[in-house]
Amino acid sequence: MSTTATLPGGPGRQSGQDILNLVLTVGLLPVLMAIVIIGTSLMSPYFLGWMNVVNILRMASFLAIIACGQAMVIIAGGFDLSVGAVVALASVVTAKAMAAAASAIGGPDILAIVIGIAAGLGSGLAVGLFNGLCVARLKVSGFVVTLGTMSATAGIGLLLTNGIPVYGMPKGFVQAIGRSQILGFPLAIYIALAVVLAMAFVQRRTLFGRYVYAIGGNQEAAVVSGVSIRRHLVGTYVLSGGLAATVGILLTALVGSGQASLGGDAMMLQSIAAAVIGGVSLRGGIGRVEVVAVAALFLTILGNALNLLHIDSRLQPIFLGLIMVLAVALDEFSRRRMSRV
Amino acid sequence: MEPAATSTTPRNETAEPLLVLSGVTKRFPGVLALDDVDLDVKAGELHVLFGENGAGKSTLINVISGTFPPTSGSFRFGGEEMAELTPHKARAIGISPVFQEFSLVPSLTVEENLFLGRERSAAGILDAGGMRRRARELIAELGFDLDPKARVDKLDRAHQQMAEIAKALLGKVRLLILDEPTASLTERETGRLFELIARLKSQGVGIIYVSHRMREIRALADRVTVLRDGRHIKTLDAATVTDSELVELMTGRKIDVLFPAITHRPGEVAIAVEKLATADGQVADVDFFARAGEITGVAGLVGCGKSELVRAIYGIEPIASGSVTLRGETVTALDPRSSLRRGVAYFPANRGVEGLALSRPIRENVSMAALDLGRYQRRGIIRRTAERSLIGPIMETLKLRPPNIERAVGNLSGGNRQKVMLGRAMARDLDIFLFDEPSVGIDVGAKVEVYEFIKRLVEAGAAVVVVSSELPEVLALSNRLYVMHHGRIAALLEGEAMTEQNVLSSFFEEEAREKAA
Repeated sequence: MSTTATLPGGPGRQSGQDILNLVLTVGLLPVLMAIVIIGTSLMSPYFLGWMNVVNILRMASFLAIIACGQAMVIIAGGFDLSVGAVVALASVVTAKAMAAAASAIGGPDILAIVIGIAAGLGSGLAVGLFNGLCVARLKVSGFVVTLGTMSATAGIGLLLTNGIPVYGMPKGFVQAIGRSQILGFPLAIYIALAVVLAMAFVQRRTLFGRYVYAIGGNQEAAVVSGVSIRRHLVGTYVLSGGLAATVGILLTALVGSGQASLGGDAMMLQSIAAAVIGGVSLRGGIGRVEVVAVAALFLTILGNALNLLHIDSRLQPIFLGLIMVLAVALDEFSRRRMSRV
Repeated sequence: MEPAATSTTPRNETAEPLLVLSGVTKRFPGVLALDDVDLDVKAGELHVLFGENGAGKSTLINVISGTFPPTSGSFRFGGEEMAELTPHKARAIGISPVFQEFSLVPSLTVEENLFLGRERSAAGILDAGGMRRRARELIAELGFDLDPKARVDKLDRAHQQMAEIAKALLGKVRLLILDEPTASLTERETGRLFELIARLKSQGVGIIYVSHRMREIRALADRVTVLRDGRHIKTLDAATVTDSELVELMTGRKIDVLFPAITHRPGEVAIAVEKLATADGQVADVDFFARAGEITGVAGLVGCGKSELVRAIYGIEPIASGSVTLRGETVTALDPRSSLRRGVAYFPANRGVEGLALSRPIRENVSMAALDLGRYQRRGIIRRTAERSLIGPIMETLKLRPPNIERAVGNLSGGNRQKVMLGRAMARDLDIFLFDEPSVGIDVGAKVEVYEFIKRLVEAGAAVVVVSSELPEVLALSNRLYVMHHGRIAALLEGEAMTEQNVLSSFFEEEAREKAA
């Protein structure tokens, strides 16, 4: 009965306990990130090179923007599987609309660019709105609805392009948005920072953010408290669709053509992974976007490190999978430790 | 203490009580939940555990049923030292707990739940017929109105409670642990349960019984053990102890009156309901009104439609026909949002399911229903300092202990959770309050605070409706009392006519009338 009072074990066991406690208090993420960064920089001279760092930050920005939307949906108790397909759709729609506008108007590029971006964003918002309305009105689970729209959206993207990249966008678009740099960093990074900061503000300080927490925490209680459930559920899906479309537009500007192969399942899975590793509870009601953004950065660094270390690309998904399971297990473990108190 | 002296003296094996705990301590990180507690339960004895929420009763019965081991101390059952006890082993040796939080799988049927983990099978094939027969037998023996084929999530709380008790009694039971078993049972079902308890006692089953209800303790207990702050305060003979003595031991202070004296000053009609029927048929053709400055009670058995009535007024339960008039204004489309704006608050009976977001802090739960007000936000942006400085004092006046409003609600006791609900009503200006079972699952100390809260509301001129299955509660609080039966108003009692006798007889008259019709 009194065995727990005197735990057997020498100093080795003690330091194991210390590491566990550190991980539990600081969180798994910073610890893993430090390990990966230090380890890779020792093994590969390219890792901390300026080009590589910028590249990592740019890719992490795309993932972070999508993961922020995904996180909001999951916190409200839903799921958005369509984000990858929305990236592709937005890319294609942006490119088509911009090319068409450019040739039709022939006037200043800026007008065509604005029309293209608006069309791309609009397509993402529309998919999000459809997702949200199905979930909120028809009471179909978010998983199923977005599984359906994922398939449909990807199909529309292919239908519009026949799988051929869409060219004909004004040069200014690619130069201004895809390739321009401010203080040496690409524009995408600033946009991602702005999105994360804005979402962090939304979560902490706005009614929308608070109600999303409340709905995910206990939907029935939110109903009794007079919170309009439908509006906020729709809001999370629209937000997620809009952010995914933003990434679609940024990627289009980067590669210089509209492609139905951008985004895709890999990006969708990574956005969920980033949300979960970033501490978003799949039960809803818990999670902060800034941690999710750090998780997105971590996933990108990890992928980059595995590439630089010449690890077989077929092995990489295995690492990602294991780390995700570990993150969720640790989250569950620390929750149980807390709730015992 | 005396057990230390007696245990050293040689004694007959059969004389050792069924369960003997001595010096049991349970330490969780940062909390000493049990501090050197002694407890013994004899075969055939009903031993009541009495204490406020957080006194350590739950921890103690969890230790006894093997959920977790004690940090130190000795635990003997049936003359043997229990080490490494698991819930499974505990059930196998005849320790059967009935917890307040149900241990039922919602998506399975009653009978599947009864046999969960101990299914009868031959060569891996379930003996469905045999299990069904045994389940029917057991339910009939218990006298419960329970369908073994019903899915648990389709049952209301009372029936889930019955399934839980049936589950505990399925196997061979030597020690039965009942944690507030009557909290959601009707009078009749409670009577059935008491008969059952008497029968089990005569068969030599030891029973640990947790309850806050004095009447039950009076009716059932052989001995009472009082716990406070994780410590064993005293074990007393139930026949000689008085109610006030028990409450004093439990709280460490004197509570003279449970129900405060309330001055009712009936004013304007605040709620008027005419020929109301809900879409689910639970309420039919109800006329009802409640005035400002008084408490209007609604009594009735579980499932009589009294909850549905107030839920319909608040706008959660869809209405089929009839009208609801709030302060003279007939409201056509009722929903919680507009009800709050009209100054109506609803306190759900099931705080875990409908009341609180458990993963979120107290502050967010309290402000949840009031965030649309200008003092909490401006154009959708929450004013956090304002929020904190408004919610903090509210929880202070409600005596939240400890007074930290950033703690997650999931870590709070029942009494504190109810305070969070009360706080929610204080976070905006409301004057019509609908309480659905306001004292379910909270201890005497917290009950007194809830009643005081209601008293302050009424005396400040608010209209209060109290729906309760606890007759003494509605009788003591109400100025006028409606009695509901099968979705209809069976009687309206006022003044001198408000007696337990009249309430019960109006049930039976209504019953007889229905039979005749």
